[in-house]
Amino acid sequence: MSVIGGAVLGTVTMATPLLLAALGENVVQKSGVVNVGLEGMMLTGALMAIIGTQWTNNPYLGVVVAAVAGAIIALLFGLFAVRLGANQVVVGVVVNLMALGLTGTLSRALYGKQQSFLTATPLPHLLWNQTLLTLLALVATPMLWWWLNRTRGGLELRACGEQPIAAEASGVPVLRVRLMAVLFGGMMAGIAGACLSVGDVPTFNEGMSAGRGFIALAIVTSGRWNPWGCLCAALIFGCMDQLGVQGQALGVNLPHDLLLALPYVVTLLILLSSSRFSQAPASLGRPYRRA
Amino acid sequence: MNESHPMPSQVPPLTPTQGDDLSRQPSLWKRALLVALRGFLSFVGLALLLLLTFVVLRIPPLKAMQTLWEGAFGSAEEGHWYALSATLVQTTPLLLTSLSIVIAWRAGLFSIGAQGQLLIGALAATALARIGEHWPAVCLQAGMLAVGVTGGAIWGWIAGWLRTRRNVQEVISTIMLNYIAQYLVSWLILGILREKGGHLSESETLPGPVLFARLIPMAWSDGIQTSLHTGVLFALIAVPVIAVLLFRTPWGFELRVLGQNAEAARVARYPSNGLRLQAMTLSGALCGLAGVIELLGSSTGSLPASGFAYGVGFTAIPVALLGGLHPIGILFSSLFFGALTQGSRNLEQNAGVSSVLIYIIQAVAVLTVVGVRAWQARHTTGETE
Repeated sequence: MSVIGGAVLGTVTMATPLLLAALGENVVQKSGVVNVGLEGMMLTGALMAIIGTQWTNNPYLGVVVAAVAGAIIALLFGLFAVRLGANQVVVGVVVNLMALGLTGTLSRALYGKQQSFLTATPLPHLLWNQTLLTLLALVATPMLWWWLNRTRGGLELRACGEQPIAAEASGVPVLRVRLMAVLFGGMMAGIAGACLSVGDVPTFNEGMSAGRGFIALAIVTSGRWNPWGCLCAALIFGCMDQLGVQGQALGVNLPHDLLLALPYVVTLLILLSSSRFSQAPASLGRPYRRA
Repeated sequence: MNESHPMPSQVPPLTPTQGDDLSRQPSLWKRALLVALRGFLSFVGLALLLLLTFVVLRIPPLKAMQTLWEGAFGSAEEGHWYALSATLVQTTPLLLTSLSIVIAWRAGLFSIGAQGQLLIGALAATALARIGEHWPAVCLQAGMLAVGVTGGAIWGWIAGWLRTRRNVQEVISTIMLNYIAQYLVSWLILGILREKGGHLSESETLPGPVLFARLIPMAWSDGIQTSLHTGVLFALIAVPVIAVLLFRTPWGFELRVLGQNAEAARVARYPSNGLRLQAMTLSGALCGLAGVIELLGSSTGSLPASGFAYGVGFTAIPVALLGGLHPIGILFSSLFFGALTQGSRNLEQNAGVSSVLIYIIQAVAVLTVVGVRAWQARHTTGETE
């Protein structure tokens, strides 16, 4: 395979977890909730995918376990941030911290301090070195766009993010819609985490999501809260991730550490140029309390 | 107050919703007492939480608590100064970084960039140490402190600028800046700032006189060198300074109004963006200071390529939240987590309990506090309406 072709496929591989997490977050933010706990949900998904795969000997079931784990963490987030109406950013930050501790303790407890044992069967490659999850992400993009913009459910969800009071008045259960959105977002983040472990090199390292949850947040913002925009942004970020890992092999003459910093620098640059005129949902981040 | 100065209808009044008050101001002591009381209750809750965690993990709880306590505060046989010093050394950077979080979060900026700002502070100081190798020790030490504070301030300012001029959310930008800072450190430390032998992945060790002096005389601790250094004084001075700045100056008042209600700050014509920028810069400066203090308070003064002050910048957030985002409260919560960090090392060595466990304890504690406050806020608004 040519170098360019390999780089393109590598970009798609790197973009897949970002896209999955960003699509989930897109729905969450459209409902008016900012889920900063994405990173922690991805991390939990990454570990649970490995554990689930070991239990069941089937990486696909591992992905299901990861999705459920992501949703459970999201339920906790939703309980505090949606149900109790606590500050969403605070709860998100704390959820990240907790996920770091939970996955760290669990992985150490299960496998002792040598993390080399922590492996499982990877997801099989279907075509062009891509797993089923890439297909899932690519199919989910148009489907979510259609659901958000062309169905009654999508309209109700968007109403919760724009004018929750008006939505409630017209009979939409705002809190329930937001909670469901958060659960969906957690599920997608869990799958994205599985993508990092069983979808790639099937091992778990503490903190292995390495800020990808936050990059997914950046993707939603720079993708202008539109699934198609998320796809484009995820591909750009995937490309940067790919450059970071394989830049030197591709002949980019930069020190290794600076190449690794590239995705984060580019994230800042893209946000810097795209966030000026925000098209965020009007009630994004504001807790809703039923009158 | 509302009768004499009716507010425009679309602006929520400046009355408190979450136990914090801008309109009625009891004395500083009364407030401090309340915060301290809340801190004490948190402490009891945390102790119970610890016990519960041990029970869940099937570690004998009383034995574990004793190991934890002896790690943090020493025992009668081995003396108290050594452990106590180590605890205070752990507390120092936590205190400074959580003060930094208080400044930013009080202004409504959810910065999670303490770790990056701390690293940049230490990196800038290390760079100066390489340039000023032959300077007199006092000059170099003062210079390193100044450069470190400036470095941290610049790193904080970047996030503030991105927020105020480009509308980039600080939650995302500070995390990105953390990673950039980490890679910058490893690139420079493994590159031009590497120790001259080139064997170790860290910078050159600093000569003894540049490092902070030890505070506790050896005679007290039976001739054992204890680790408490003069850096702790910076942190202890910073607490009242920040408390006065936040609660006894017009600047602090405007900052807190901005954080509680940005719309009110806009109507009152406070310079909102200027305040945000200043808050992020000050917040970064405090973390930069913490970075230099960590460096100068260590036994060698060399900055490793990775793992420097690991986790401090993130622990700062629960510390700040449990301290009620108040400098006095933080004094207690940082001491608690300093003791917990130090004690859990002892626990890890003697009982094989993972030290990542602290993160879970922190998270559960903060979720409890956040949950209780949110529930209270709901409850009280329900009553007044």
